[in-house]
Amino acid sequence: MSASIDFYAAPGHEDEFTAYETNAAGEFEAIQAEQADREDRVLVINMGPQHPSTHGVLRLMVECDGETVVKIRPGIGFLHTGIEKSMEYRSYTQGTAFVTRMDYVAPLFNEAAYVLSVERLLGIEDQIPKRAQDIRVLMMELCRLASHLVAIATGGLEIGALTVYMNGFREREMILDFFEAVTGLRMNHEYIRPGGVANDLPENAIAQLHDIIDWVEKRLPEIHQFCDDNPIFKGRMQGIAYMDLTACFALGVTGPCLRSAGMPWDLRKSQPYCGYETYDFNVPTQESADAYGRYLVRMAEMEESLKIVKQACDRLDASRGEPVMIDDPALKWPAQLALGPDGQGNSHEHIKQIMGESMESLIHHFKLVSSGFEVPPGQAYVPIESPKGELGCHVVADGGAHPYRVHMRDPGFNHLQAVPLLCEGGMIADIVVAIGSLDPVMGGVDR
Amino acid sequence: MSFGTQEGAWSSGTGDTSGFGGIVTKIEFPKGSEPPYGGWYDGAIARLGELVAEPTVAVVFDRGELTLHVAREKLLEVVQALRDDAKLRFEYCVSVSGVHYPADAGAELHVVYHLLSITHNRRLRLEVSVPDADPHLPSVVRVYPAADWHEREAWDMFGIVFDGHPYLTRILMPDDWVGHPQRKDYPLGGIPVEFKGAKVPPVDQRRSYR
Repeated sequence: MSASIDFYAAPGHEDEFTAYETNAAGEFEAIQAEQADREDRVLVINMGPQHPSTHGVLRLMVECDGETVVKIRPGIGFLHTGIEKSMEYRSYTQGTAFVTRMDYVAPLFNEAAYVLSVERLLGIEDQIPKRAQDIRVLMMELCRLASHLVAIATGGLEIGALTVYMNGFREREMILDFFEAVTGLRMNHEYIRPGGVANDLPENAIAQLHDIIDWVEKRLPEIHQFCDDNPIFKGRMQGIAYMDLTACFALGVTGPCLRSAGMPWDLRKSQPYCGYETYDFNVPTQESADAYGRYLVRMAEMEESLKIVKQACDRLDASRGEPVMIDDPALKWPAQLALGPDGQGNSHEHIKQIMGESMESLIHHFKLVSSGFEVPPGQAYVPIESPKGELGCHVVADGGAHPYRVHMRDPGFNHLQAVPLLCEGGMIADIVVAIGSLDPVMGGVDR
Repeated sequence: MSFGTQEGAWSSGTGDTSGFGGIVTKIEFPKGSEPPYGGWYDGAIARLGELVAEPTVAVVFDRGELTLHVAREKLLEVVQALRDDAKLRFEYCVSVSGVHYPADAGAELHVVYHLLSITHNRRLRLEVSVPDADPHLPSVVRVYPAADWHEREAWDMFGIVFDGHPYLTRILMPDDWVGHPQRKDYPLGGIPVEFKGAKVPPVDQRRSYR
């Protein structure tokens, strides 16, 4: 960047840069004239960014010959909100409020990846209380269920399977109700914090959890019944969006897409974190490497997630009352917040202490909450298995209380590169199936 | 690499009444480490040394993660060897991210590659630094096609030029954007928010963030 550019240049100022003409009519005439000379019958279609089946604001530029896709290029960036930049101006704890908004369908995974990186930088990975790790696993697996339900539901919606859509969202709503009871919010939880989790499970959480497990266990087979042998569903999905192992490796594809090509690669197994090595679950795979295979992998993964949820539920039932935040006053968030009816609330005991009893506690509270803790210089990259694939967070610390640089490696960002490979040579109608099988979430892609 | 010094016990620029105002702390990044590093690391580094002459500028082993600092002239050779050799076999380039260190004179822009070997279940970080005045380094897209969009993002956000990239254009910012937003000399906010007939100043001028 040269020093002469004035970012603050007002309209009319000499340094102002001009945007491209948006005179659509004139532009279109030029394109028409250009296309009129062409001998072939290629039609250029702009799909999105405001298109119902592109999973958010994804733009696809498609060249078609009849119904066949000759060329397709995805355009992203419409939901870029500068989260990574904004985080450099906030404390490490506040960072969780930013990352949770990236991949908003699986917010707890963003938080976990970021928090695990910060914990590695602090060197406190083995000091996190066991109950906090179990709660993280429980929340992440429920979140995986919710995310896969959205992937299958919206994927079904796009090919006209409306019942799957309604059912998927109904089940997801049960899980979001649990999230609301625990964190106060359905999405964007800011729940997983450096050092542990923001607050313990409420009194009736285990009972509510059992209800959810029973409900989802009863309802998942319904989706199987609707889809697995449905000739229309299979006709739309089988053999579509084919991506074999070689392509997956070349394009850095991970998650259900890689597993649908037959590779049993799951970071929860191969490079475990948060104590996943102590849980009993399988890594389901398929050999078909197509959209149908990815659907089956997601369905099977939900069953495995339920298995983990049950195990975590038992452990949490046994470890009631144990701490959920690291026992280091320099890092520990000062109070466990109670949960009011509005989803927020204070710890009255803590307020009594800092406002009425101990001046030092008040100072400590103020320092930790307003400036935050400092993290020794260095960098860390911790990858986790999000529902979409490898979600990694590269955090650079400069010794201060703000991250120096945070970069999220979102699987959706990487996977959208595969769109030309999946779609070119296929039919226009299969584009939405291909995108749906990749399951990108634009909040994570654009950040 | 050093981030400079910090004076006093608290953040600079405040009236420090704690009595610790005389403390001068030098903020430094973890320095190069000496072998052995243990585990598979020594074997992999030795193997890389057999395949490429002087592959690394420095090796840093910090917090259980191995970072190889590579000169940009050697980058392509190194990634080719890391991907193709059966004993190394880093098939995945999972992430490419830029970092801007204005304090690191002569090597202001760093590019960080995170490699993954599924065959051996290993991870490795490569770091390449280039000066701000000549922000060029070879693109690894030929070796790792997955790096395509990641390199475009590093160009978009930091102005790092990946020579040989098939289509190095902006990816997240609009095509006509001026400047590279995640550089440290680029302000947060930066441009006014314009509505029809009204204008709100950029966020960094509305309130103080530091």
